Amino acid sequence: MTPTQTRETIVNLRARREHPPRSQRNYRRRLFLLLLFTFLGRYSPAQVTFQRLVNSSKEPQNWMTYSGSYSGQRFSKLEEINTGNARNMVAKWVYQTAATGKFETTPLVVDGILYATGPDNRAFALDARTGRPIWMYQRQLPGDIRPCCGRVNRGLAILGDKVFLGTLDGHVIALDAKTGAVVWDVIAADYRTGHSFTVAPLAVKNLIVIGVSGGEYGVRGFIDAYDADTGERKWRFYTVPGPGEPGHDTWEGDSWKVGGAPAWNTGTYDPSTNQIFWPTGNPSPSNRGEGRAGDNLYSNSLLALNADTGKLTWYFQFTKHDEHDWDATQVPVLIDSAGKKLIAQADRNGFFYTLDRTTGKLLSATPYAKTTWTDSKDADGRPVANKNASPTLEGHTVCPGALGATNFMAPTYDPQSGLFYVTARDQCDIFSTAPQPYEPGHAFYGSAYFPSEEAEPYLGFLKAIDPGTGDVKMKFQHTSPTWSGVLSTAGGLVFSGDAEGNFIAFDASSLKHLWHFQMGGAVYAAPIAFAVDGKEYVAIAAGSAIYTFGLP
Amino acid sequence: MLPGQSGRRPVLCSAKTLFLQAFIVVGIALSMTAQNPLVSDPNAAKAGEYEFRINCALCHGLGARGGGRGPDLTRAQKKHAQNDAEMFQVISSGIPGTAMPANGTNGQGVGMTDEEIWQIITYIRSQEVKSLAPTSGNATHGKELFFGDGNCSLCHMVSGKGGRLGPDLTVIAGSRTREAIIDSIRNPSRRLAWGLTESTKEFAQEYESVTAVTADGEEIKGVTLNEDSFSVQIMDSSDHIHLLEKDKLKSFKKTRTSAMPKYSADLLSDKDVDDILAFLSGVGTK
Repeated sequence: MTPTQTRETIVNLRARREHPPRSQRNYRRRLFLLLLFTFLGRYSPAQVTFQRLVNSSKEPQNWMTYSGSYSGQRFSKLEEINTGNARNMVAKWVYQTAATGKFETTPLVVDGILYATGPDNRAFALDARTGRPIWMYQRQLPGDIRPCCGRVNRGLAILGDKVFLGTLDGHVIALDAKTGAVVWDVIAADYRTGHSFTVAPLAVKNLIVIGVSGGEYGVRGFIDAYDADTGERKWRFYTVPGPGEPGHDTWEGDSWKVGGAPAWNTGTYDPSTNQIFWPTGNPSPSNRGEGRAGDNLYSNSLLALNADTGKLTWYFQFTKHDEHDWDATQVPVLIDSAGKKLIAQADRNGFFYTLDRTTGKLLSATPYAKTTWTDSKDADGRPVANKNASPTLEGHTVCPGALGATNFMAPTYDPQSGLFYVTARDQCDIFSTAPQPYEPGHAFYGSAYFPSEEAEPYLGFLKAIDPGTGDVKMKFQHTSPTWSGVLSTAGGLVFSGDAEGNFIAFDASSLKHLWHFQMGGAVYAAPIAFAVDGKEYVAIAAGSAIYTFGLP
Repeated sequence: MLPGQSGRRPVLCSAKTLFLQAFIVVGIALSMTAQNPLVSDPNAAKAGEYEFRINCALCHGLGARGGGRGPDLTRAQKKHAQNDAEMFQVISSGIPGTAMPANGTNGQGVGMTDEEIWQIITYIRSQEVKSLAPTSGNATHGKELFFGDGNCSLCHMVSGKGGRLGPDLTVIAGSRTREAIIDSIRNPSRRLAWGLTESTKEFAQEYESVTAVTADGEEIKGVTLNEDSFSVQIMDSSDHIHLLEKDKLKSFKKTRTSAMPKYSADLLSDKDVDDILAFLSGVGTK
């Protein structure tokens, strides 16, 4: 209800007072409804209910979860900006964070307000139409935090009237969405042992689901769920099974205690089955398999967890006993196709996997980038590493390289074109091992990697994949590999950014370049689309700023 | 070492010497207490070797001998750090204007603790060749060749004199091994620099050879200064900078063959190369 409607109701009430209704009972009911509507009218814009999140496709003006919907498709139904007019796009506003370091956030937009995080655990709310700040928050971090890969954060979750942030010092906090004030703050893990949060949490029902980072420090990975109102931890799923739990015997000796398998990218959710799908990262130490013989469950896996209990329904391990740091922490995308309930993931190991998401059964695994690590598949159709792919003391070349065929950059599935678009790279590295004892809070790679001197320069692409077969249908070659995520819209467009600082609009049907804007800073984030007052905007973080574009 | 700086002992200085230098070298305001607590500790050197592999070898190569991108660190004389305290500073904070990132910010690896940084410094010290490579060459003749018949200065600058098409070589002797420099003279295309990672991309001039033909048929040959998917910045052999939009070009061809000619022994004898190296070493270390 809009404020105007509320005023009209008040006017009506006054009229009724002058002409009392027949029954007092009727009047009371009306008063109750009036108060209810008044309440809703005043507060509903800030209240993000679970139902709104489930039905997010009904309000394409908003971007309410990391991937724009529970499906992980990062697809917007907005079509004001389309293949016919994208070339006319202009910058609408820029918000400077004054932060240094990689800017990986995916903003959220709800009812005209944009919420985002920045490096060093900044969070802020902006007027989504003008970029003017409403509030700013920055966490005072301890001096000895040990984030692996920059003081980064990939975004917030929103539920009710709060936004939720995981911090580099291992806390989960809730901020008031209107003021940025801390509502609750809980310690999830000890940062001094290398635990941190960089992931955007996922709000499901009344839970805030979040996965830990720290695969470079030999943490024992986990996925947590916190009560959105109180911060009380409702469940924790350890991604490395403890003694007596299924999968524990896939670890040699005590190696499970420092087994890694972090969960540092945002999963997806299927409301129809109440399953959370969350991917996991590398076993620790990342490039040295010696000492952790076995498959090392549930590292490099996709987990299907019951949202209420955190209990494992099924798992699928992409890379068994990984020795190349090929975290499977890519967004698992839910796709419904020809009556099939699929889940698709473009994995860091260079293969595109499609699974039945009701059972976890593998349907196809097809390479989409340069790979040399496997020549065979197991009975399930899963690629299996060649024996000689393991890193050696002297080092030898394996593709993909250490950064993977893709990484955390968010992909998109466009239901209109039926294609899955992902940022990919062809890169090979020399992998070598280095014996390294575990010390709490110290790097625990057991390895090093180098670019091969004979190697081609690394190549970067935007690739369009048929999720049914895994076949690459089209590609656009960037000047160099990019860390940008990808967005698709109902306007027939795909948006992505590059390492040279361009934000680019492509025709989804051809990957033909339609428009670009030089933002002056490399892209490590994924784009979103939203609308305010019926006008469509596309936004992305680059350099140390958030850029927003629209039609003139 | 930068021109104008005085040469200093590359080994650990006594507190007293440091005290004096603190007055002499204004601007290098390093803590005088920042002594390496692990100096000459063999266990620390071993631990440092692994830390080095993980954090540094990507650019500086195995054994600290220099990769295609980072300087050889086995030389006792370092361009940006004259003692352990300065090395600590360089590793912690990076070197502005270069691809050397601050500890923990290169986006690839883990940040190191102070102890781990000292371990790495101890390891680098253990790998150092204490004396400079023997310079049997004649630096005076090398200088004549560089600015004269060798034609080096047509494209390379030393101490502000020379061309701009190739890399400035003022400090090259301090940052590349003798073998790497000879290799680059004899076979310039073999190790053409390339931008390694996105975090170092802004400094990644790759010296790729490029030929562009404009809409009106003009052919432009040179090296790329920078490039993205839509534009390219080229320097031609006359040091002219061409700023071109790719979609307006008739053709655009880039190769990883260096614009520098191969200097075979016919063009430049081993003795001549030695002399040029002697000249470059003198410039870089005095």
